[in-house]
Amino acid sequence: MHHLSLYFHFVKLRIRSQMEYRLSFLFELFAQASISVMDFFMIALLFNRFKQLAGWSLWEVGFLYGIVGICFAIAEMVGRGFDVFQRNVVRGGFDTMLVRPLGTFYQVFAHEFLLRRVGRIAQAVVVLLIANSQLTIAWSFAKVGYLLVTLMSGICFFIGLFVIGATSCFWTVQSIEIINIFTNGGVFMGSYPFSIYRWWFRHFFTFVIPLACVNYFPSLFLLGKVESSGVSLIGVQLAPFAGFLFLGITMLFWRWGVLRYQSTGH
Amino acid sequence: MIEVDNLSKTFKIYHHRKGFLGSFVNLFSRKHRVIRAVDSVSFTVQRGEIIGYLGPNGAGKSTTIKMLTGILVPSSGNVTVNGYIPHRQRKENAKHIGVVFGQRSHLWFDLPVQESFELLQHIYRIPQAQYRDNVEMFDELLNLGDFFQTPVRQLSLGQRMRADIAAALLHNPDVLFLDEPTIGLDVVAKARIREFIQKINAEREVTVVLTTHDLDDVEKLCKRVILIDNARLCFDGKLATLRRLLSTERLLTVDYAEVYTDINIPDTHVTFQEGTRVQYRFSPEEISTADLIGAILQKFKIVDISVAEPDIEELIKTVYEDNLTLERKLAKSIPPDTQVN
Repeated sequence: MHHLSLYFHFVKLRIRSQMEYRLSFLFELFAQASISVMDFFMIALLFNRFKQLAGWSLWEVGFLYGIVGICFAIAEMVGRGFDVFQRNVVRGGFDTMLVRPLGTFYQVFAHEFLLRRVGRIAQAVVVLLIANSQLTIAWSFAKVGYLLVTLMSGICFFIGLFVIGATSCFWTVQSIEIINIFTNGGVFMGSYPFSIYRWWFRHFFTFVIPLACVNYFPSLFLLGKVESSGVSLIGVQLAPFAGFLFLGITMLFWRWGVLRYQSTGH
Repeated sequence: MIEVDNLSKTFKIYHHRKGFLGSFVNLFSRKHRVIRAVDSVSFTVQRGEIIGYLGPNGAGKSTTIKMLTGILVPSSGNVTVNGYIPHRQRKENAKHIGVVFGQRSHLWFDLPVQESFELLQHIYRIPQAQYRDNVEMFDELLNLGDFFQTPVRQLSLGQRMRADIAAALLHNPDVLFLDEPTIGLDVVAKARIREFIQKINAEREVTVVLTTHDLDDVEKLCKRVILIDNARLCFDGKLATLRRLLSTERLLTVDYAEVYTDINIPDTHVTFQEGTRVQYRFSPEEISTADLIGAILQKFKIVDISVAEPDIEELIKTVYEDNLTLERKLAKSIPPDTQVN
C-alpha cells in the first residue's frame, strides 16, 4: 500500500513538472499523435497497392498495429525510468537510489513517467477501434478479458526489453543501442503478420524475445485466424503469458546486475 | 556502531571499443584489468564519534563510504553499520543512515526543497510530528526558509548543501556519512555547516563519518582521523597524535642584517634563501630551537627570526609523499591511542 501511494505521489510530481510548460507540452502531444498517424498512413498506402498481405487485410493489420502500438506507448510512458537509466547511472543517480530504503527496481520504475506518450497511445487506440469497426469480431467477455491480458502482457514485454537495456548499463555504462533494435524494431515488425517472416526469425521472436506471443498469436485468436494459420489453439491461448514471464526473467537479470554495479567517479 | 574488518574492493576496468560494432564486441569480450581501490582496511567507530576519513584523490575514501552505505558490494572482508550488513540489508541499513555527497545532490532537481522534503517524509515514513520538529530545527540552524520554495536546480551551492544535509537528517539517522560536504563553499558557508554538524553530533549523538580535503573541517570537527593512501589504511588515531608524530620537523625563518655567503648551520637544511631571508628546516631531536638560535646569533647579525610548525596540510602531504617515513615513525613510537579500536 505504501509503495502504491508513493508511486502515485512520484507520478503526480512528474506530471506536474512536465505540464509546467503547457504550450510546449500540448505541441509535443499533437506532434507525437500526427507523426504516428503518418506512420499508419504508410501501411494503408501499401495496402492500396497490394490489397492483401499473406492473407491479412488492411484492417486486420491495423488490429496488429493498434495492439503493438498501445503496448509500446504505455510501456514507454511507465517504463521510462529504465529507458533513460543510462543517463541516470552516468550522473550518479543510481547511488542515490541505493541509499534509500526502497527496492531499486521499484525506484527506477517510479522515477520517470512520460505523460506525452498519451498522444501516441490515443493514436494507436483510434486505429484499433477503427480496425474493429471494419472487422466482424464476435466479442464475448472471454475475448475482452483475453484482449486486456494481452495488452498487459505486451506492456510487460516492452518494459522487460527496457530492463535488459538498463541492466546492461551496469557493465558498459554506455548503454547498448542494440536493445533499440528490439523495442522500436519490435513495433515495426509487430505491425505486420509474422507469417511473412522466415522461420528462424519467427522462432527467435517467439521463444527468445517473445514479441509474437504478445501480438501476433493473440491477434490470430481474436481475429479467428487460428485454424488457417496452422498454430495450435492452446498455444495461442497461452501465448500472452510469455510477456509476464519475460518481465519476470528480466527482473531477475536486473537483480543480478545490481550486485555487480561498480558506481562511477568519486 | 561501525565495524570494518579487512575490507577490500577491487574493480574490473573493462577495455571499451568504440562505435556500434565495438559496443557489440564489448558485450562478449572480457578484456579487463583489475584495480584495488580499498585494500584490507579495518577500523571501528563508536557511537557519537566524528571521524575524519582522509586521503588524497583516488585513495579509496569514497569507495569505502560506498561500501558502508550499501552502494557497493565489497570484494572481501566484513562491514557492519548499526549491526546491519549494508550490501545485504541495504534497505534496513538505509533507514538508519544519512548520506550526503558534496559533488552531487540527492534531492530532486526540478522540485522545490519543500516538496523534496515531503517526498522524503513519504519515502522514509517519517511521522508528521517528527518531520515538523526537524524541519523547524534545521530551519533555525540553517535558514532553510530563505529558499524552501525554490527548485533545487536554482539553489546556490551553499544553499544546496544545506538542503542536502538537512534532507539526510530528516529521518533521524544514527550515522551520517558526509563526502566532501564543504567542497566549493565560501568561508561563511563552511563555518555554518561545521557548526551544524557539531550541534547535531552533540545533541543527537549522531555518529559522523566525514571525508574532506579541507583540513579546517578536520581541525574543527574531528578528534580522530583515519588516513588512507593507496587503498591502505596508514594512520588511525587522534588528530593531535598525528600532528605530534609528524611535526618533529620545524621551520626557522631568519632575516639577516646583510647578505652572508656561508649561511649553513650544522644539523639543519636550508630550504630557501632569498636576499637576506633564509629558511632552515630542522628537527628538535637533533638540535634544540634555543641552540639553533644561539648558533645563528653567534655567527650573524639578524633583524628578525621566527619558528613555525608546518601546517597540517603540509604534514599530510608529506605523509602521502613518503608513506614509509610515517610507518617507520609509527613503528618507533606507538602512542597508546594510535591503536584505538
